[in-house]
Amino acid sequence: MTALIELKSVEKHYGDYHALRGIDLEIRAGEFFSLLGPSGCGKTTLLRTIAGLEEVSSGTIRIDGRDMKGVAANHRPTNMVFQSYAVFPHLSVAENVGFGLRRDPRSKVEKARAVEQALEMVGLGGYGKRRAHALSGGQRQRVALARALILEPKVLLLDEPLSALDRLMREQMQLELMRLQRQVGITFILVTHDQEEALVMSDRIAVMFDGQIGQLADPETLYRKPANRRVAQFIGKMNFLPGRMLDQRGAIEVAGLGRAELAPEQALPAGGEITVGLRPETLAILFDGDTAPRRETRGTVAEVVYYGDMTYYEVRVDGIDRPLTVSMKNLIGRPVLEVGATTRLAWDERALVLLTA
Amino acid sequence: MGLGNFTKSEGGRAAMLLAPPFFYALALLALPILAVVLFSFWTQDFMTIDTSFTLANYREFFDKPIYTVLLGRSLMVSGIVTLVTVVLAFPVAYFLSFHVRPERKSLWLFLITIPFWTSYLIRVFLWKVILGYNGVINSGLIGAGIIDEPLSFILYNVNAVIITLAHAFAPFAILPIFVALEKIDRSLIEASRDLGETRLTTFFRVTLPLSMPGLVAAVLIVFIPTIGDYVTPELMGGAGGKLIANMIQTQFLQLNNAPMGAAIAIVAMICVTAIALAFVMLNRRWLRGRG
Amino acid sequence: MKGLPLRVYAILYLLFLYAPIALLPLFAFNDATIIAFPLKGFTTHWFGDLAGNAALRQAVGNSLFIAAMTAIFATLLGICAARAGAMARFPGKGGILGFVMLPLVLPEIIVAVSLLIVMRQVLGLNLSNWTVIAAHVLICTPFSIAILNGAFQNLDPSIEEAAMDLGESRLSAFRLVTLPLVMPGIVSSMLIAFTISLDEFIIAFFLTGANPTMPVYIWGLLRFPAQLPVVMALGTILVTLSVVLLVIAELFRRRGLARAGIKDTGGFL
Repeated sequence: MTALIELKSVEKHYGDYHALRGIDLEIRAGEFFSLLGPSGCGKTTLLRTIAGLEEVSSGTIRIDGRDMKGVAANHRPTNMVFQSYAVFPHLSVAENVGFGLRRDPRSKVEKARAVEQALEMVGLGGYGKRRAHALSGGQRQRVALARALILEPKVLLLDEPLSALDRLMREQMQLELMRLQRQVGITFILVTHDQEEALVMSDRIAVMFDGQIGQLADPETLYRKPANRRVAQFIGKMNFLPGRMLDQRGAIEVAGLGRAELAPEQALPAGGEITVGLRPETLAILFDGDTAPRRETRGTVAEVVYYGDMTYYEVRVDGIDRPLTVSMKNLIGRPVLEVGATTRLAWDERALVLLTA
Repeated sequence: MGLGNFTKSEGGRAAMLLAPPFFYALALLALPILAVVLFSFWTQDFMTIDTSFTLANYREFFDKPIYTVLLGRSLMVSGIVTLVTVVLAFPVAYFLSFHVRPERKSLWLFLITIPFWTSYLIRVFLWKVILGYNGVINSGLIGAGIIDEPLSFILYNVNAVIITLAHAFAPFAILPIFVALEKIDRSLIEASRDLGETRLTTFFRVTLPLSMPGLVAAVLIVFIPTIGDYVTPELMGGAGGKLIANMIQTQFLQLNNAPMGAAIAIVAMICVTAIALAFVMLNRRWLRGRG
Repeated sequence: MKGLPLRVYAILYLLFLYAPIALLPLFAFNDATIIAFPLKGFTTHWFGDLAGNAALRQAVGNSLFIAAMTAIFATLLGICAARAGAMARFPGKGGILGFVMLPLVLPEIIVAVSLLIVMRQVLGLNLSNWTVIAAHVLICTPFSIAILNGAFQNLDPSIEEAAMDLGESRLSAFRLVTLPLVMPGIVSSMLIAFTISLDEFIIAFFLTGANPTMPVYIWGLLRFPAQLPVVMALGTILVTLSVVLLVIAELFRRRGLARAGIKDTGGFL
């Protein structure tokens, strides 16, 4: 598949502030792509440079093979859904959706039909005559979507589109956006700080820190094989354990857990200090009759956090400074342990992730 | 960085937009005031201006008692007007902010600002009608049998000037105080009550300190312009109620002595600015001392 | 009821504010040349005198011209400053905005004498309506900025970006989206500047040319007791006119807020 959007060593400075530091990125046609990162990481700036709302300080952006240097926002094949939705308050819903059709050669009737179709697509059929400022947040969002999609852009840019919605509405809109993207086949680029949202919706995710891309991968790889400690920390929960490389074939010594074998491709020179990561759900507390399928260690429960469907335990293990976080499903008949209980802990060396930095 | 790049950044475009009002104010405010400063060091020689540098105007200002008396009276009148206006205005602003329903607030503000927009000259003149020998107050009081002779201390003296100015600047005092009171988070007042303060102590420990910026703005916005008014003292002040602005006006328009007028204007400006700055600083220190 | 003493006080305060204006129509329709109580009888001939006064008609014409020009120029400068104020920072921006607002707190006589010196002595210009307009634009611009600031700062900055993103140039985005949204503010600013200029005396007295403005003419009339009832009649008309203009300005301001979908929180300034 060829790249629809290519960014080469894109830099952005605001005075002394270095917002984007050498971004190299390719986004494929038809992809649902997310820019994920904490606030201030440069993800919105990157989106705005693609939209043409910000000039890059250096580097090139190509969309569909065309260099976008000097091409203003109104001449780019991109459209944007703004964080505040930016629905024009002085216009009706239909006028908002039809805003970008001003220079469209089609007749008034055809345009009106297109507007109605776009509104139906986002579930607002028959809302055309309403005043924009009388709409709810979720409805404004749909107007903003219809308004952008009616222009059939090559790329739809979404700047934190769900952050202003409440939880229930957000989850509903996530599914709807995914359905919409499959339906229209347009490339979506989503900016979000919500890792769960990015994991649920995206084909691929670029995790950004300090104006740089920390890792670019599909959701599963990102979760299972985070490239470094920062990415691992930002996406999901993870235990970090100090360790040491024992030989070139992947044998390591992990604090509190003992000797383990890593997959050979993770091997590093022997003798080096390393950090290994372990997801809470790959650990398990062993109850009376259980036996560990692979490896086992002992610990003491230091903290219990009950979530309803899950219980998170902090388990203190000899040889590790910080207790390990272990998540357990609250299955039928499975008791919730109390603080101070001694317990056995099952772990699996296949779940160990070697982390640089 | 060329102009092209400059206009591409938003800050650059903002700077370009700000240029016209800035240069207008520079050309018609800053440069003219510089010219006034320059003139104050020159002298009027009948029809021509003697442009040799001299402090003669300033010397005359401080040698002849008339100028310093007028300036002193002006500062006193402005001070009293400010005090009266702000003290009278505060309860109104407080009422507006705390006791008027939100949807009625703009109506009240509108009612308060309307008199301010109506002909200043005629308003001042009407105070003459109210305060005059056979004006509203005197004929009313005589008619009611309270007094036999018209009251004379309310027209053609400093009192009349103060009353009239206090009336003219009333909305100027109310609006900034109101804005400051509106900005106060109402939960701060509830928190104070929750922590054991009474309604009164809450006012002095929370509401008043937080409304200080508005009070300071009100004081400045009344004190400074009142110094420059010559209409009210001319119409209401009589012989003993003239102020420094009348003298500036006389020097410029009747005596045709622009340099002397300029010097008086400069001295008056410096005094007003110094007092205003001292007030702001004292207020800051007071607030910090409490905090 | 809570706050009753305050309410009574506020109403008394309003009476104090309106006392002089309330007298205007009484004397404008009073059949006596002396402005004093008791009232003599009803007449409208002071208004008739007004209409027949050619000098006054000319003064009113001058003032209307000056006020209209002032309204246009002050609002244009106000739009520049208010829009810049709502945009990105640049070094010195706060200082420049403060400087532009300075005439708001400057004694008017300082503005008057400094401009008189520059116009007459430095530039050697003859005083005319345009010298008054120049000064009035200077003192009205801060008011325009204050009103327009409200309009521009209530705007969501991404609204204009959205228009550009949907295919409009920077200029057409401003015309199609920003301008309609701030238009009520612009009308309101023009009306306020017009009203201020129409009423301004202190500066106009210094800078007016051979043909006086209306307040300068009124000032002249105030010295002739026989003319006072005519002044009262004129004042009545002016007050009515200002109130009408202000009501219109206020309605526009509110419509602007409603259009932007914002709840009303206060009045002018």
